[in-house]
Amino acid sequence: MWSIVQTLWKVFLHAASKRRTVLYPEVRPRLPARWRGRIILSRDQAGKERCVACYLCAAACPVDCIALQAAQDASGRRYPAFFRINFSRCIFCGYCEEACPTYAIQLTPDFEMGEWKRRSLIYEKEDLLISGPGKYRDYNFYEVSGVAIEGKNPGEGIDDEPPVDIRSLLP
Amino acid sequence: MTAITLPLLLIAAILFAVLTVAAGLIWFERRLLGLWQDRYGPNRVGPFGLAQVLADMVKIFFKEDWIPPFADRPVFVIAPAVIIVTVLMSFAIVPFSRHIMVVDLNMGVYSVALAGWSSDNKYALLGSLRGVAQMLSYEVFMGLSLMGVVMLAGSYNLSAIVMAQERVWFVIPQFIGFVTFLIAGIAETRRLPLDLPEAESELVAGYHTEYSSLKFGMFFVGEYMGVTLISAFITLLFFGGWRGPVLPGIVWFSLKTCAFICFFILMRAALPRPRYDQLMAFAWKVLLPLALVNLLATGAIVLAFFR
Repeated sequence: MWSIVQTLWKVFLHAASKRRTVLYPEVRPRLPARWRGRIILSRDQAGKERCVACYLCAAACPVDCIALQAAQDASGRRYPAFFRINFSRCIFCGYCEEACPTYAIQLTPDFEMGEWKRRSLIYEKEDLLISGPGKYRDYNFYEVSGVAIEGKNPGEGIDDEPPVDIRSLLP
Repeated sequence: MTAITLPLLLIAAILFAVLTVAAGLIWFERRLLGLWQDRYGPNRVGPFGLAQVLADMVKIFFKEDWIPPFADRPVFVIAPAVIIVTVLMSFAIVPFSRHIMVVDLNMGVYSVALAGWSSDNKYALLGSLRGVAQMLSYEVFMGLSLMGVVMLAGSYNLSAIVMAQERVWFVIPQFIGFVTFLIAGIAETRRLPLDLPEAESELVAGYHTEYSSLKFGMFFVGEYMGVTLISAFITLLFFGGWRGPVLPGIVWFSLKTCAFICFFILMRAALPRPRYDQLMAFAWKVLLPLALVNLLATGAIVLAFFR
């Protein structure tokens, strides 16, 4: 009986304590840079699309919300002809970001994507592409990968080791 | 002419006031619960979230009014009306102030029993079984705990009981009576520490599991009207009714009633639900003997000293 009275009194005292609710639209939460929100496609320092349309993100996606089609430009560089993310399916798990070898696909700390129509949640490449390199400013896939592009042969990039002669037996 | 119109106006005014208060209590309770649980509660719709009640009402009006095909249709429809009517009828005897009252007349059990039985659903039936047993058990000493007050006042008339509290509020000489009446009142209104007939966490929603739309709303409003009624009764019987300095009687009455409504909400915020057998044992083994002892002692003292 006494403990009931004590409980009542302690809960009553909570009237004077601070409320923990964050009044969201007025008070914005500070989200860390790695927070998994809206997905974007980034560009390298030269302003070219990072995405090489390798399909790894689409393969990694557990809800199959990513659809893309590979294409090649005149210099032999691969790019997605279309790149489509259905955000009504996306679960923001970040597997696509982890799978991406070029840091092209990235998750951002933006979650305010409410829409009146379901169709508006399907983002095309124009909606996903941003103008900059996103979270990884200095990374350029073609500089470190050993892949030949115009003006750079394999082994000429930064951190790039000369290609191995696969026909030689010497170590 | 005024002999008929004045009481009619009064009835309309009190009916309006009670229904408004009951609806407003939904908002009030959610805000107070929020306050005591360190959050805000509804604060978006209108000033302080006051229009939340309106929004909820509009929503509940437009919900599908579903009557399950296996339910006993006429009884199912009547049950929610019974709760509203019985609680409203009880309000008729409350003297709100020295001059504001309707007439000098509890059947809520029927509503719970009928609702649970006609729903033909195991949770509803379990809820109503519990509800009926709980309400009947607590009804027993609810009346008995009043008897002390009645003896001290020498009358069953609520106005006379308030008049008799001129020198001292009955809560002081009748403290045990007050405590037993308060606990019985919580059980009768099926409010949170003793809300076993509803018990969301175990019985879905108890006896009104199958109800939707406005019928559910009627149970809901009925519950809040019950809270108001019990608070009004506690005020009248133990806390001097409309008596108080400076302010007019109706204001004092409202303030005291409001304080008890707040206490009801505080209990909801603070206390866990007891087990069902604990509830029944507490009623029959503790509170009933306590009320009887209180009755005997009061009777003896009144006989010995005030005759």
